[in-house]
Parts: sequence; structure tokens; C-alpha cells
Amino acid sequence: MHWLIEQNRSERLVIHTENLTRRFGDFVAVDRLNLDVAAGQVLGFLGPNGSGKTTTIRMLLGLLHPSAGRAEVLGLDVTKYPEAVRARTGYMSQKFALYGELTVLENLTFYAGVYGVNDSAQLREILRSLGLDEVCNQRVHMLSTGWRQRLALAIAIVHRPGLLFLDEPTSGVDPVARRAFWELIYKLAAQGVTIMVSTHYMDEAEYCTRVGIMRSGRLLALDEPEQLKRKLPGQVWEVYAGPLLDALDCLEAQPFILRAGLAGDHLRVICPTDLSPDVIRGVLLEHSIQMQMLQPGVATMEDVFMALATAVDVQEPAPS
Amino acid sequence: MKGQPLSNLLPETLPDYLIEAQDLYKSFGARRAVVGVTLRIAAGEIYGLVGPDGAGKTTVMRLLCGALTLDAGSVKLGGFDIRRETERAREQIGYLAQRFALYEDLTVQENLRFFAEVRGLQPAQWKRRSQEILEFVGLAPFRHRRAGQLSGGMKQKLGLALALINEPRILLLDEPTTGVDPVTRQDFWRLILPLLHRRALAVLVSTPYMDEALRCTRVGFMRNGHIICEGPPAELRRRLAGRILELTGAPSSLIAEVARADPAVEAVNRFGGRFHIRVAPGEMDAAMTRLEISIRAAGGVVESLHPIDPLLEDVFIALAEGSWE
Repeated sequence: MHWLIEQNRSERLVIHTENLTRRFGDFVAVDRLNLDVAAGQVLGFLGPNGSGKTTTIRMLLGLLHPSAGRAEVLGLDVTKYPEAVRARTGYMSQKFALYGELTVLENLTFYAGVYGVNDSAQLREILRSLGLDEVCNQRVHMLSTGWRQRLALAIAIVHRPGLLFLDEPTSGVDPVARRAFWELIYKLAAQGVTIMVSTHYMDEAEYCTRVGIMRSGRLLALDEPEQLKRKLPGQVWEVYAGPLLDALDCLEAQPFILRAGLAGDHLRVICPTDLSPDVIRGVLLEHSIQMQMLQPGVATMEDVFMALATAVDVQEPAPS
Repeated sequence: MKGQPLSNLLPETLPDYLIEAQDLYKSFGARRAVVGVTLRIAAGEIYGLVGPDGAGKTTVMRLLCGALTLDAGSVKLGGFDIRRETERAREQIGYLAQRFALYEDLTVQENLRFFAEVRGLQPAQWKRRSQEILEFVGLAPFRHRRAGQLSGGMKQKLGLALALINEPRILLLDEPTTGVDPVTRQDFWRLILPLLHRRALAVLVSTPYMDEALRCTRVGFMRNGHIICEGPPAELRRRLAGRILELTGAPSSLIAEVARADPAVEAVNRFGGRFHIRVAPGEMDAAMTRLEISIRAAGGVVESLHPIDPLLEDVFIALAEGSWE
């Protein structure tokens, strides 16, 4: 499925893997992964549970040896120089551990010490650049989730890594706090930091400049979100018909429907791009289901994900 | 029953709303968790309570199911008052908590039996029920598997099965899909549909995610204990119609700066390689022309610039910033 994979071509590849593979016994967790990511990218890394995302990240961090193939991170072979790779990468987990009884500055100072960073001017600068200076003397348990996420980010970048891994970094915050957090991510990216975000949430995927989707250990797609939406799911139709569930049952049973689902008071249906909407109308009419309205819809990242995660095989459309 | 309008399936005595919550208040010490929340949810409706952690979603759920007592306000479930007719009111609901308890050492079937007995069901009732429910959620082949051996998605289905054991008319789902991948989420939502459309349950679901809110018939945005706005997703999005522009171009920092300086621009938000630009009402055309010129004049490139349908996320942000109408 090379038509869905658009690798970065750049002088400055921050991640470069060649047929990176990891087996656990007979199980192939990561299968010949080729992934090139240039400096300053914000790469979303998606896939169902067990698709190989975490195994990939662990190999890129030098925490797990590849069974075959190789990976370079920031120009370093991860098998040969795992410590050097980890010293130059940052990691922010969804379940970040902060000391609630300590202040923001104390937390940062503590973690900085772990990385051997003792320059207090540098810590101040990080707090300032993330907008944390105004709360730097507050105890962490008094802070909202949004502030804590910012502090976790500060800790992840305290040693000025060139590559930053984020695991569902903005789960559980409202769009305003999420927005503010992503502004910081874009700022880091503009400074040349490469960011890899692993997430189940399409709200987050939409913020990435590129998205890679894995399934069963294989990289199935890699491109800008807009390109994937254009290439992949097909044509979306918003179908207003009743009774809704009968309409859904009826359409789901049709071989030409790629996917059908409920969207509040109507259905969203995905068909091949060349399918005439009259076919949908005809089928519903045949089943005596009343159709009020049919209008073209817009593909989402979830459509892209579902198209890849559930399809047996995704064929490249014939050139039209 | 296929093809019949919903109204034919319901008894005539049914109240208009299965969930009627009026002016709910709840504080924990000095913290006001729920502040004057009113909710009315009818049979066949799925209402999405959308908001961040700490907004009060879970507290509302717990007030509705009687797990927490109200400071003020009233709750009626299927017409029964939660304070005066507690038992009858509770019989109306099935509740899937965010971290629900499964007995990992018990099998799927044994878990169902346990919950049925807790709910006071007789063996004759729960045997038939559990068979139906396991088939409905697709766990029938796994009935003898220990709950601890189930995948995340299957555990969640078992959680739903447990919530359905007493044939509730109201289903409360507290962040049922948090931490679950989109395929599993899709399966889960597909199970909820027949409950809504064939059995006419009223469903209240909470979620921190906007993309999930789109699946609901109505959504209420929660913030700091308040419902700040509610309505069908399409209607909420229409409120910002003609106000959002999508722009792609380069360099990003220059575009953001130029756009923010425009007098008609209220907000500039970046989504990967795209910008969503919110403009004041009636300013769309003028702003488009101006942005195109001023970005070029500053040395930037505009690749595309066009009005788009607002996302729910755009709506939430506009609300939260208080720049509504």
C-alpha cells in the first residue's frame, strides 16, 4: 500500500527506520517498518490497541532490541547508542507522575536533577516559555489538569531533547486548554523539535502535521491528515431517513456501502467516490424507508482510521 | 416491531421525559461541583454531556443515580422522585461507571448472575435475561471465560451487559469509551443504537471528546459545574455558520500573526497545517479579501482560503471564550 505512504525526504531525518521488526515468539509486533520523519514535524501515531505503536516507540527509545532491521534516532543507531538516544529524547506519558505536595518549580527542579540539568536560568526559561511562571510557586495538587499537563511537558523538555514522544497528551482537558497546549507544541516544532504523538483520539490527530496509522504491526498510511482524508475513505453522504435504525440496517447490508454509522439524528454513510447518490436513494425506496435528505459530507480522521483498521485490504483506486 | 414509529411502542402513561433533573446543586466542601444543572431527556434520545475532567459530568451522573445526595434540586427518573421513591426510581436505571467493578476471577456468566442477584432479580428472570443480553453484546461464546481474561473491548461490553440486567429504561454511561481505540468505540456505539431506537431507552453519556459528541441527538457543554450551552450538534454548529475560514499556507508563524492583527478576526487556531480563523458576524467576505492581500504583502503564501462548516470544537472554544454573539 505504498500509495498511502508519503515519507519525508530531508537532509535532516530525526527518525529513520529500515525494515524495523520486533517479534515476541511467533507474534510479529512490528513488521518491517520503514518510517522517515524530518526535523520539526508533528507526527500523529495512530492504531488500534496491539497494533505495534508502543513496541515501535520502545524500540525508537532503545528500550527494546529490534529482532531485525534497524532504526536511527537523531542520527544515532538505537541499538548501539541507546543511552545517547534517551539523553536526547523526551517522553510525556498520559499518566505523568508529579509530586502534588511540591510546587511547580520544585517538581521541575527535581526532574531536571535526574537529567543532570542544574542550570536554574534554564529552568526559569522553560517555565517562562510554557507560560508556567505565573504558577511556579503553587503546589501541584492545587492546579487544574491543563496546568499539570503543561508542567509534565516542561519536565519532558527540561534537557532540551531533539525528539519528544507524547502519549495522549491532552486527554481529559477541554478544547481551550488543549488548544493552548498545542500552541506550545507548535512552538517547539518551529524551534526544530520533532514531536511524535501517540493517540486514540481523533481530536488530537487533527492537530498533527502528519499522521501515521499502524495495524497488525504494519505501517498502513503516512501523510498529512488532509491528504489521507482525500485519498482514503471514499465519499461521505449525510443521510436523513427514518426510521433511522432500519435505514442503518438496510444500508449496512449493501455491498457498495463501505461504512455506515449514526451521527446524532441522521446517518453518515461512506461509499466509493464514483457511486451515484441515486443508488442510495433507490435502495432506501426499495425497502420502503422514507428519505428526507441526502447531502455530501466531509471525511474525518476517524473515517480514515476506520477505513484502514477494518478493511481486509485497501486497494488503490484506479486512476480516473 | 421493525418499521414502526417509536410512539407506537410506548405506553400512553409514559412521562414526557424519562430523566427530569431540575436545578441540581452539589458542593464538596468549598468546591461547587454542580451548579444549577437542569436536564430533560426523553425516550429514544441520547444526550451527550461534554466537558473536561473536573467539569462536573461524573457528579451529575452520580446525583442522577442516587449515589450522591443532592444539596438542592430534584431528580425524577421515569416519573419517580429519587428522594421520595428511591427504590422505584433506581429500578429505572442502568449505570455504567467510568471504572466499573468486575469480578475478574468470576466468569462472564457468574458476573451477570452476581449483579442480577444484587439487583434483586429471581433466578427465573436473570437466566433468561442473561442469555439475551450476552447474545446482544456478543459475549455469548465467552460466557465461561473469566472476566480477567477478557480484552478491554470485551470488558466494556460486559460492563454494558451488567448495566442492562435489570431492563432499565434509562442508561447512564460515564465516559464509556475513554482509553478505547476507535474500532472498539464504533462497536460500542453500534450496540447502543438498538437500545435507543428499538427499546426507546433514554441514554445519558458523558465524554471529554468532541468527536463523540457528534453521535448524540443533543449535547450539553459542561464547564465549572454549569451546562453552558445545549442543543443538537448540527444546530450548535449552525450558530457559527459563516464565521469560520480555513486557511492553508506558509509560513505558519507569519500567517498566525497577520490573521490575528485583522480587525474582523476573533480567533486564529491551528490544526496541523491548517488554520481555522473565526471572524465577526457578517465580515466573512471582507476578511477573506483582506487576509489574502495582507498575507501576500507580508511575504507569505496563501494556498487555500475558504469558509467551512464549523466544528463542534470551534463552537466550544467560542463559548468558553465568552465571545458568543
